[in-house]
Amino acid sequence: MGLQVLFFYLFAFIAVASAFMVIAAKNPVYSVLFLILTFVNAAGLFLLTGAEFLAMILLVVYVGAVAVLFLFVVMMLDIDFAELRAGVLEYAPVGALIGLILAAELIIVVGGATFSPEIAKAISMPIPAVSERTNTAALGDVLYTHYVYFFQIAGLVLLVAMIGAIVLTLRHRQNIKRQSIPRQVARTPENAVEVVTVKPGQGI
Amino acid sequence: MDAFISSYVWPTAIIIGQSLLLLVALLVFIAYILLADRKIWAAVQLRRGPNVVGPWGLFQSFADLLKFVFKEPVIPAGANKTIFLLAPLVSVTLALAAWAVIPLNAGWVIANINVGILFVFAISSLEVYGIIMGGWASNSKYPFLGALRSAAQMVSYEVSIGFVIVTVLLCVGSLNLTDIVNAQSDGLGTMLGLPASFLDWHWLSLFPMFIVFFISALAETNRPPFDLPEAESELVAGFMVEYGSTPYMMFMLGEYAAICLMCALTTILFMGGWLPPVDIWLLNWVPGIVWFVLKASFVFFMFAMVKAFVPRYRYDQLMRLGWKVFLPLSLAMVVIVAFVLKLMGWA
Repeated sequence: MGLQVLFFYLFAFIAVASAFMVIAAKNPVYSVLFLILTFVNAAGLFLLTGAEFLAMILLVVYVGAVAVLFLFVVMMLDIDFAELRAGVLEYAPVGALIGLILAAELIIVVGGATFSPEIAKAISMPIPAVSERTNTAALGDVLYTHYVYFFQIAGLVLLVAMIGAIVLTLRHRQNIKRQSIPRQVARTPENAVEVVTVKPGQGI
Repeated sequence: MDAFISSYVWPTAIIIGQSLLLLVALLVFIAYILLADRKIWAAVQLRRGPNVVGPWGLFQSFADLLKFVFKEPVIPAGANKTIFLLAPLVSVTLALAAWAVIPLNAGWVIANINVGILFVFAISSLEVYGIIMGGWASNSKYPFLGALRSAAQMVSYEVSIGFVIVTVLLCVGSLNLTDIVNAQSDGLGTMLGLPASFLDWHWLSLFPMFIVFFISALAETNRPPFDLPEAESELVAGFMVEYGSTPYMMFMLGEYAAICLMCALTTILFMGGWLPPVDIWLLNWVPGIVWFVLKASFVFFMFAMVKAFVPRYRYDQLMRLGWKVFLPLSLAMVVIVAFVLKLMGWA
């Protein structure tokens, strides 16, 4: 037990400290790198609670894909750091308000079960014990068996959003040469090469 | 005090001992993989390859190691020093970390975790950071372009690797790497009434996925013909331009450790891990680790042959292959495999 507590404080301390550095760092690239450190430590915390599947998915999705995109964009931006930091105090009250609302919501959601124990009983899908079902399989039960329609609808919403983004940005320009792989593959010497006998002194 | 030693100190010492053993074995293996890579490349071009240091050039990699270590590390004046030095460390650490869950034989694994394959997938998706950080911190154009290319490339091919892994998982029903190997002890061959043999392994039953995985592994580890991040004809050496001496060596080490990891993963997912090719007493008597190393070496031999044979892809061809060929193919295969398993009642 002692070792788990030790690791909890290690991960939690680094997570909180690097989350603070995300907003405190001067260089946005550093911010993203600290964000990645926060994600990795959050994955460590998930592992400690036994949610191994969530920990790995956090690494694959957020660190492996989303944060790469962040880093990609931030590195390409041409940012004037002095200008960026000029308005910080101006926006501080709004930021603080949003932070406060978020914190209150988190407390209500997480603390709800503590304040009124009936809520925990009202949850329709009880979580099976780790000994009888691994949490990968348990998550699969919930997502793909019990709530499959909601899952499908969520997928459709994302698909619509994706198609919308593509439609908004896609410009199919005319009058430029494009490579058509099927046409290239279909070309044979018969319809591509013409053998001509050139008479001397005449050319073609 | 005794309880403390038996519950904390002793297990920690065992894990550290196992890790050191694995690391030393792996590093020696990588030294010879590097030599093999150069020798095979040379043989294809009718050259001799490195043949001066030691008998048949066997100690060439160690001579190279000394050469890199004793050179002066040069850090460009405009570079971001911390991240510049952190990048090779990140790439080498991540490439070695994934080996913690790779089973080399029945029970020969440091951490036999439930989500082993996801762990390897997560680590290999993090490997792009070493390259991006190195490219950005160099504060120079070519490294940055190389880093951008590699980020796009690795993220693209990760998608198809993910779907290939999903097809294998559908057949196995577990994310544990040991379970994946054990599931291949019976399959297509035993279903036809043959004794357990290499026909049971997933390479046959999931054949197109085996090819997709192999090619995606080439792209994921930035091997030729997909070595666009360091395309020396266009970008000098890509993200590694500004690196020299030990940091450069660490990038190379990370790259080859990742290549070995992909070879091991191909062996586990598709070639039956440590299982002997035919289930007879003589082959069963050979230790499983021998089969594992032989199979992984064979996959690496194919990696090396591809490097020698195939010309480099153009960048748009690379992206087309990843998104327009492999992604639909692997996605369709996931659906087909799921349907077949459900309809035949094999799931």
